[in-house]
Amino acid sequence: MIHIENLCKQYQDLQAVDQISFDIKKGEILGLLGPNGAGKTTTLRMLTCFLRPTSGSVRVKDLTIENDDLAIKKLMGYLPESAPLYKDMLVYDYLVYIANIRGVEPHVRLARIKELAQLCGLTDVMHKPIDELSKGYKQRVGLAHAMMNDPEILVLDEPTSGLDPNQIVEIREIIRKIGKEKTIILSTHILSEAEATCDRIVIINRGKIVADGSTESLKKEGGQATILKVTLEEADPAGAEEKLRAVDGVEEVSITENVQGGLDIKLTCDGQKATRHKIYACIKGTDWVLSEFVIETQTLETIFRNLTQEK
Amino acid sequence: MKQALHIFKKEFSGYFISPIAYIVIAIFLLVTGWFFFTTFFLYNQASLRNFFSLLPLIFSFVIPAVTMRLFSEELNVGSYELLLTMPVTFLDVILGKFMACIAFIAAMLLPTAAYPVLVSVMGDLDWGPVVGGYLGALLLGGAFAAVGLFASSLTRNQIVAFIVATAICFSLTLIDKMLFFLPKSLLGVLAYLGAGYHFQNISKGIIDSRDIVYFFSVAFIGLYAANLSMQQKY
Repeated sequence: MIHIENLCKQYQDLQAVDQISFDIKKGEILGLLGPNGAGKTTTLRMLTCFLRPTSGSVRVKDLTIENDDLAIKKLMGYLPESAPLYKDMLVYDYLVYIANIRGVEPHVRLARIKELAQLCGLTDVMHKPIDELSKGYKQRVGLAHAMMNDPEILVLDEPTSGLDPNQIVEIREIIRKIGKEKTIILSTHILSEAEATCDRIVIINRGKIVADGSTESLKKEGGQATILKVTLEEADPAGAEEKLRAVDGVEEVSITENVQGGLDIKLTCDGQKATRHKIYACIKGTDWVLSEFVIETQTLETIFRNLTQEK
Repeated sequence: MKQALHIFKKEFSGYFISPIAYIVIAIFLLVTGWFFFTTFFLYNQASLRNFFSLLPLIFSFVIPAVTMRLFSEELNVGSYELLLTMPVTFLDVILGKFMACIAFIAAMLLPTAAYPVLVSVMGDLDWGPVVGGYLGALLLGGAFAAVGLFASSLTRNQIVAFIVATAICFSLTLIDKMLFFLPKSLLGVLAYLGAGYHFQNISKGIIDSRDIVYFFSVAFIGLYAANLSMQQKY
């Protein structure tokens, strides 16, 4: 559906986007993740033909942004960061204006606006000036704007920023609902959001892609070291540390005493099954009581931090 | 072209949503009305010549006030991004906004149509210069609006846009009144550059193609420059 190749954007002395390439398939929900200033917005702006790339190419279907920008704009709905709308227009007037520019036929226009108002929960604010709306409602107007002509591709730049938790859940539901038929690209720096809504995640940092894959595959790739969480009772900290450290394959042991008098132990070890067997055997050989033995899965947060932090 | 019409409609009605339109029109009518009628009875002539001779000066600060927000506000709010990611071209955007300015200037001039009617009751009015004057006012307004659009596309600050546009419009208006300071060899060229000089011809009722070409050229250069400055942000 969308093919991005070696995309670069150079501002005066800043390489905002550096050789980014990826493909987006039809019907996919792609999350573009990265810390602030990573180049997410710049990438999306080039994709939506708002900025011209310094070099590289973007192809949407068989169209290129150099030659067919009007046709590409027709295929795309775009919600920029923080939904910059005309402040003094009424919501209804604004949507009518967008419908006209988007080429929605006059006889279906009203029906379409009503449908979108329902979908985005705007029915109660249609007669209000946009200026008086809260951030969440502005975001919804922006979303209605993006979906006006039922575009095949939706590009959403931080769609949930500045919303309260209820609104975030609502917006995510809308995204997932429309994501069943449409291709969606959304950018965010909230990992749980990407995890909850996206089929695939591309992580960028300083303008470069540092990871690309589904959430599961990213978690698997994220690190070889596994963290085991073990809780022991009736054991002394020093003895436990000594014994566990001696087990083959254990790299690090950290022990904290919990309120019940037991020990919470975090073991960093290699991911092999044999190592876990050895640890269990070691514990079995003592008279400690084992009350918990869990493999802590690496969360997207840790992967993200590992990938985007300066070494 | 259809897109330009939609933008025109939005911009034109946008003027009347905010108080700007009413304030600008009120100030325009007050200033022109005051200056025109304070001397009108002293001259004891049934003509609108004085009214039209005021226009270039008044337009040079009224029209920048009309155009200052057109791009600056969009750049400042960021709605520019939404506008340009819809299926429109630069040309659509510029023409739509330009037409909205012209329509607004026409709306602003409309109440002054009462002056010729009143004057024709009081004396024998020659309608030729009046029609020419209004035509000239629209041409002049269009030229200044294009300059104002260009100034507005340069900056996200409306006040800066206003001052830049006013400075350019004032220079165009006053250049032919400053001629005695200037070297003789340049006189012809510089006089030709003055908006006041060309407007005077039309408002006398003489419709000369040279004057019309002048106003169209200024409008074209202004719009083209606005287009270039937008392209650069792209």
